[in-house]
Amino acid sequence: MTAANLEAIAKVEKSPGYWSGVLRRIARDPVAMFALCVIVAMILMAVFAPWIAPADPYRGQMLRRLRPIGTAGFPLGTDELGRDMLTRLIYGARLSLMMGVTPVIIAFLIGSAIGITAGYVGGKLNSALMRTIDVFFAFPSVLLAIALSGALGAGIFNGLLSLTIVFIPPIARIAESVTTAVRKIEYVEAARASGASGFTIVRVHVLGNVIGPIFVYATGLISVSLILASGLSFLGLGVKPPEPEWGLMLNTLRNAIYVQPWVAALPGLMIFITSISFNLLSDGLRSAMDLKA
Amino acid sequence: MLTYIAKRLLHTLPVAFGVSIVCFLLVHDRPLPVQYGLWVLTTLQGDLGVSIATGRPVASELWRALGNTLMLAVLATFIGFVLGCLFGFVAGYFRGSWLDKLASFVSIIGVSVPHYWLGMVLVIIFSVQLNWLPATGAGPGGSADWAWDWVHVRHLILPAVTMSVIPMGIVARTVRALVADILSQEFIVGQRAKGLLDLGVFRHVVKNAAPTALAVMGLQLGYLLGGSILIETVFSWPGTGFLLGQAIFQRDLPLLQGTILVLAMFFVALNLIVDVVQTMLDPRVQRS
Repeated sequence: MTAANLEAIAKVEKSPGYWSGVLRRIARDPVAMFALCVIVAMILMAVFAPWIAPADPYRGQMLRRLRPIGTAGFPLGTDELGRDMLTRLIYGARLSLMMGVTPVIIAFLIGSAIGITAGYVGGKLNSALMRTIDVFFAFPSVLLAIALSGALGAGIFNGLLSLTIVFIPPIARIAESVTTAVRKIEYVEAARASGASGFTIVRVHVLGNVIGPIFVYATGLISVSLILASGLSFLGLGVKPPEPEWGLMLNTLRNAIYVQPWVAALPGLMIFITSISFNLLSDGLRSAMDLKA
Repeated sequence: MLTYIAKRLLHTLPVAFGVSIVCFLLVHDRPLPVQYGLWVLTTLQGDLGVSIATGRPVASELWRALGNTLMLAVLATFIGFVLGCLFGFVAGYFRGSWLDKLASFVSIIGVSVPHYWLGMVLVIIFSVQLNWLPATGAGPGGSADWAWDWVHVRHLILPAVTMSVIPMGIVARTVRALVADILSQEFIVGQRAKGLLDLGVFRHVVKNAAPTALAVMGLQLGYLLGGSILIETVFSWPGTGFLLGQAIFQRDLPLLQGTILVLAMFFVALNLIVDVVQTMLDPRVQRS
């Protein structure tokens, strides 16, 4: 057998793999791709805010308070302290995205770890972990987030902390149920019989099969997290003035709805666009992964 | 059936215990086990302490607010359930058509919109611009003199519609998946083959989808009761959420603790009821 022959055999045997199939399918989904573009644009806007924004987000002039949309020099008007709305909406992406996405990422890591451990080890440890998780499930998520940040006090860190605590239980529960299902499959049994350690089995055989569903579930939580994070700031429990953040801007502009209603509504529109984009992308991801090509 | 209910009740007890501990840990000052014991004893007697800000018993403040929130949440859940079932059913029945796309789009808006912002937008349109409905409050006399007349009910419309958007989206998405799943099952295909009309098929789909849809509705009512703070803040609606907001900003800890405890226990009880009712309607749930 020549080397060329061997190479040909190797090429045939290499299958495109699960994730590349998912990527290929989602790339063909126009709605998901559009949502992805919006999200990327939002992230770029947040990262390059100082270069894109036309003005200083903190400096205002009382003389030019609450100008309407379309004012010369202030395309989206000015806020209640005469600061440029366009600039503050651009800068707002930084804190709003950070406050919305970070809790889900941290909760994804911690929740998966708890859930996979509980699901793989099973028995008493499973019961202990999942019963504790059940207690947090007994609170509606909005109530838990608000109760925690109300008790901890306002601030960016406390807001992030309480949102993370809110999202750990649902992720852990999904991770536990997926892992419990995978653990019963024969090849895991075979790996155990061949003497693989628990850690190796989880790393090699379990993780690859459970991380997909958990990941999709977590992406679906991002939109909830964005709305809740801005909601905390809207209540005065998250970011503090004068920082630009969409929820907080919505709060401070609330009294202006009789003067410049559409300017006051702008920050909420930004939250809405971001959150619906994450939901559409998550839906696209879900159907791309369920499909057996 | 009875054993299932008993089991489910027993399962609720540790959860309720855990909830009380979390609420308790939010506010405490003496050695923990001692104070927890005392606190549980007084709480079980219906004494939630005295509000620091107003000097009135927390229980009585809470009782009045709870009625207002319940009214709002039940109405919102009802609107959301009816619209959600309609959109979900149309989307699932005509899967893949433009009707499905439209209904699915409406339901995804429902779950993505920041409802506090939607509330503001509705106020801008219907109160500021059109001047049709009041922007805030619960009518003349506040929450004390509620009556089911137009003067009061018009205050309920905007907050209830705003609140209904969340259950609408979630119910629609659930019902769509349910209907599509049921329609693809063999017994439906069999009925169609036997010549059953669309109306007959419809009856079977409704019967099979109802238990899950109702369970989702029950849970949504619980979420709305507990999560009403944002909407009640936007509309200054004198309910538990508004009370919670006040408690947080005046650092009124007894009021904060009492409100959270009662809302969480309400949610636990509602979960229990939903589970039991769902099992009664659909015995398959018990077996899984």
